Amino acid sequence: MRIPPKHTQRAAVLVMGLATLFTLAILVFIILFVLEKGLPVVSLKFLFTNPQDMGKSGGILPTLVGTILLTLVAVAIATPLGVGTAIYLTEYTRESRITRIIRFGADCLAGIPSIIFGLFGFIFFVTILKMGWSIMSGGLTLAFMILPTIIRTAEEAIKAVPNSYREVSFSLGATRWETVQKVVLPSALPGIVTGIMLGVGRSIGETAAVIFTAGSSLRMPASLMDSARTMSVHFYILAREGISTENAYGTAAILVITILFINLTAYSLMNRFVAKNN
Amino acid sequence: MKLLGERGVQRLLAGIAFSAISALLLIALFIIKEGLPFIIGYGPAKFLLASDWNPQLGRFGIWPMIVASVWVTLGAMLVGAPLGVACAAYLTEFVPRRVMGVVKPTIELLAGIPSVVYGFIGVMVLAPLIRSSLGGPGLSVLAGAAILGVMILPTIISISIDSIQAVPNSYREGSLALGATRWQTTYMVTIPAAKSGIIASIILGMGRAIGETMAVIMVAGNAVKIPGSPLDSVRTLTANIALEMGYATGRHREALFATGVVLLVIIMILNSLAGMAIRKRAAKR
Amino acid sequence: MSSEPKISVSELKAYYGREQILMSVSMEIPPRMILGIIGPAGSGKTTFLRCLNRLNDLVPGFRTEGRIQLDGQDIYHPGFEAVGLRKRVGMLFALPVPLPKSIYENVVYGPRLSGIGDRNRLDQLVEASLKSAFIWDEVKDRLHSPAMRLSGGQQQRLCLARILAMEPEVILLDEPCSGLDPISTAKIEEALTILKERYTIILVTNNTKQAARVADQTAFFLMGSLIEHGPTQELFTVPRDSRTGDYITGRFG
Repeated sequence: MRIPPKHTQRAAVLVMGLATLFTLAILVFIILFVLEKGLPVVSLKFLFTNPQDMGKSGGILPTLVGTILLTLVAVAIATPLGVGTAIYLTEYTRESRITRIIRFGADCLAGIPSIIFGLFGFIFFVTILKMGWSIMSGGLTLAFMILPTIIRTAEEAIKAVPNSYREVSFSLGATRWETVQKVVLPSALPGIVTGIMLGVGRSIGETAAVIFTAGSSLRMPASLMDSARTMSVHFYILAREGISTENAYGTAAILVITILFINLTAYSLMNRFVAKNN
Repeated sequence: MKLLGERGVQRLLAGIAFSAISALLLIALFIIKEGLPFIIGYGPAKFLLASDWNPQLGRFGIWPMIVASVWVTLGAMLVGAPLGVACAAYLTEFVPRRVMGVVKPTIELLAGIPSVVYGFIGVMVLAPLIRSSLGGPGLSVLAGAAILGVMILPTIISISIDSIQAVPNSYREGSLALGATRWQTTYMVTIPAAKSGIIASIILGMGRAIGETMAVIMVAGNAVKIPGSPLDSVRTLTANIALEMGYATGRHREALFATGVVLLVIIMILNSLAGMAIRKRAAKR
Repeated sequence: MSSEPKISVSELKAYYGREQILMSVSMEIPPRMILGIIGPAGSGKTTFLRCLNRLNDLVPGFRTEGRIQLDGQDIYHPGFEAVGLRKRVGMLFALPVPLPKSIYENVVYGPRLSGIGDRNRLDQLVEASLKSAFIWDEVKDRLHSPAMRLSGGQQQRLCLARILAMEPEVILLDEPCSGLDPISTAKIEEALTILKERYTIILVTNNTKQAARVADQTAFFLMGSLIEHGPTQELFTVPRDSRTGDYITGRFG
């Protein structure tokens, strides 16, 4: 006996709909759970006081500072490299073996697990270059990690700039670099910023690559060559060593809110950018 | 930049463009330099296939970790792949574009949740649930697989949606015009046409799962033994590196870098496979 | 036409990859007048135009043979800089493309590239160029609002002003009125007839009537070849080649 196609369709749609609902429910649950448990702990005092007793009580100020500094170092290094690569790929060369190698490199780099970045950063920056466990070592490691994201988004954004803008600029006597500076980059800026924001989000949330390169000192860092503990690392240590579940939830809530906010801004920027270009 | 001149700028950019591939080579070089001599010195077969890991006694067999990584990753695929592909198919073919326009960014947004947070949820919610309902320690293959399966959902969904959307509408119309239902069209025409992209998304998700560290450390239990059931506690390759790196010295540290080499090789293979799948899709156009 | 030609083209061939677009075109273009170029789609007239400011250099797989001289200098000579050439030879495209900047910034884009930074000088240039392009009265109160907000016809006149601000010697126009309404078209044509006293203007157009209205000389292209070139009056009334006559009277194309 053959089941009528209408019925199989109804069954299939039901199953797929439930799968979708289930997926969304889990993801939303995770966020709500963290916020529900964590938000009661969060206060200005929590954000801006020093931790006491390894983080058992007190706030998270040094980890906040550590996270910001580490992210700034990472972005400051990865942005020129990533945007420069994107400009080269789109404006200065045609598809060739070289561009394929460059893209292949970026794709592979994107797939490397963060623990490998951590190992590399530890042996290269911390040990061989003698930077020790420091914000600098961690920032450089993260820069490598977010580089592919920035390249990819910047390339997409630059490609989306209408070719007629370039022709007009050239026809008015601009050189290639003048065209890039005055026409291409300003038009692609929102897309480029999106990539940078996504990189910032990844830097803030990263743990494995940071813990072996920036260390986990809870003291307030005085320079970029000091060790620092980021919020993610702090959260990991609080949770894993059972120091304080309450403060762990609080830190997690701040992490999640920050990252969601950053990613949300990034996506809405991208959307407006895409809408404008169409 | 004026000082450099056009030529100078072009050379500078060409140099910068090699930053990503240089970073990749640098990473591979240093991990291999630290780890490969150990693998050769210790004996690749003994390192990969022996089951005893006891750094104090100078025994470095990573077979249990390899088995654990495979189990956890396959388990994660079992959770993530069907859910992810079903989600992608449903969102592209069965809901209005506007719903999809809201849901897809939401799911992508969730890709940004740090892995430690996933791990923590696993510890606080999932592990106790498994312990009380199925027995065992709770921190287990099952818990690891479930958490990783959820973590890779955004990757799979997002890339699958892109590849399903890229299927030309004329294919669908052709099928519908022959009297097929929407579902028949989806599984007989649309999904096969998007196959290589979907496979690429699954392989990339697999790469993420096998490389994930912090979440797995928190939920898989970290016992160095070959698991007998999904409820047993295990230690993956990544967890092994992260757990012992903090205090390892000498040969022990070399053994951890050697573990990193193994991981790097697995990831490179998976990435090339995904790359091939994506290129196949591009070639079809 | 007693004076030296402004541009002289000899045996110009152009290729996109393997495909030959221009079949050995030779032509002399005198200064300070309007040359109309007509011909059906795909006849190579736009390619020809884009050779004159070397904009085709940017297209992958494009190459030329033959020689183009501007004031006696070979513009494809390796020592001749394309960037400098484009400052002397301005170009107006088929569709108006204002850059995503203000009206003012669009006009001063070229002068700024030439290193003019003095605010007063730029202000003067903006006013003079916009007046010459017959758009000053419409935009003088909102010079700093986005150029994108202008109507299509205004945008095209702004683009013309942007070229005039560079103070070029030659202006190339690639079907500049194809997307415009009759009133805007009339304004552009009026501007051109005044501008030809100072500039050499080459106007590619799909509209033969436009060539008849404004051009002093007209050239007819067909399938990559220059079929006929002469005073507009003559070409339109007593064409030497029957194909020219057929095209003008609309019997093909």
